[in-house]
Amino acid sequence: MTVTQFFSQHANEILQATVEHVWIVAATMLLAVAIGVPLGIAVARRPWLSKPILGTANVAETIPSLALLGFLLPVPWLGDRADRLTITALTLYALLPIIRNTAAGITGVDPAVREAARGMGLTPRQILFQVELPLSVSTILAGVRVATVLTIGVATIAAAVGAGGLGEFIFRGLAMVNNQLILAGAIPAAVLALGADFLLSVMERALRPAR
Amino acid sequence: MNETIIEFRGAGYRLPTGQPLLSNVSFAIERGETLVLLGRSGAGKTTALRLINRLADPNEGEVLIEGRRTTEWDAIALRRHIGYVIQETGLFPHYTVEKNVSLVPRLEGWPGPRIHARAEELLALVGLDPSLFLKRYPHELSGGQRQRVGVARALAADPPILLMDEPFGALDPLTRAEIRAEFQALQRRLGKTIVIVTHDTSEALLLGTRIALMEAGELKGLYSPSEFLHSKEPVAAAYAAQLRALEGFERGG
Repeated sequence: MTVTQFFSQHANEILQATVEHVWIVAATMLLAVAIGVPLGIAVARRPWLSKPILGTANVAETIPSLALLGFLLPVPWLGDRADRLTITALTLYALLPIIRNTAAGITGVDPAVREAARGMGLTPRQILFQVELPLSVSTILAGVRVATVLTIGVATIAAAVGAGGLGEFIFRGLAMVNNQLILAGAIPAAVLALGADFLLSVMERALRPAR
Repeated sequence: MNETIIEFRGAGYRLPTGQPLLSNVSFAIERGETLVLLGRSGAGKTTALRLINRLADPNEGEVLIEGRRTTEWDAIALRRHIGYVIQETGLFPHYTVEKNVSLVPRLEGWPGPRIHARAEELLALVGLDPSLFLKRYPHELSGGQRQRVGVARALAADPPILLMDEPFGALDPLTRAEIRAEFQALQRRLGKTIVIVTHDTSEALLLGTRIALMEAGELKGLYSPSEFLHSKEPVAAAYAAQLRALEGFERGG
């Protein structure tokens, strides 16, 4: 049986797994942006926060993904549901690039622009929302892009705790020594990653402020 | 005319590290005056300017704007009451010229049509054709045009006071002379109280009704342009000598 035949025969299953995969990644990214961007702003505002926040995110990044899922499994509320557990673990991975790029984007705003904004009587809030964030949006998106591609790959591990997604095929294929099964998980995951990378890089370029 | 609008009373400012940038400076600026703060880099000119619009608060003494201590003013209200132009212009790169110029009126909640009319009026005032420039972005302008937009933006809400930190410093000499001359005409027309920071002696003499000479964080003296040229104060004399050397070169040329 060729790979194409396999794919057409199992189209429904593959599609369902892909949808699961996308849902896990989307939920993760929403959560990671909601947490990472404010943390990045905090780091840019108070440099002394940079070590503890970036340091913690860095450590999270170094824990092997399977081990992280294992560590979180006994945590009361988290371990109750596989998707909850997976999304939490993936969010921890996705945070670092988002925090780092948000901080870099805001710190990188031309000091003259910030000084002018202050001198004209913008409040700190107005400076953040009208000047700093719009000027760093493409840098922040670059971080989101890196995090998304990373998450799409790591999310295949979710199958190990029963959260579904494209990892199901990969784990099954590994257990049955069936390359076609592995590819049924790996190819859509790769396509998703490439697609997300392309889409986000287009957005990034469109939103980059002209200089 | 003899109404004090800005007053420094023994004002001083130190960095958190304890390094003094400005010490015991006292002078008064009257409404409609153009005061030039002249001095070399690090003389405390910019610091003095920043004390006026509360970008910094004095550690000693006080600064009064319209008779009230700056620390009694709400910082945001005070800054919107004072126009501010800096050398690098600080135009927002993601805003069109129109949005840049109308920023303060928008923050102040002016009605839309009035904001637009004001933007057009301001561009015309600084010598830029509104139909050509309103929709452009700062990176599409030359240095001189950017500086004009910077002045227009500072004048947007018609503030009685205008602060300018080396406003023409980044321009080439010819553009600089041109804009300076236009600015002089504008100055006469608008009758604002203006404080300009510069290290350029000829600029100080040309634009200032009075010159405040600063050196190492201290005020060395206050002069009218003609007094300045004939002052015996060593630092002022050094500036005057430097200027005469240039003239001598031109005559000998």
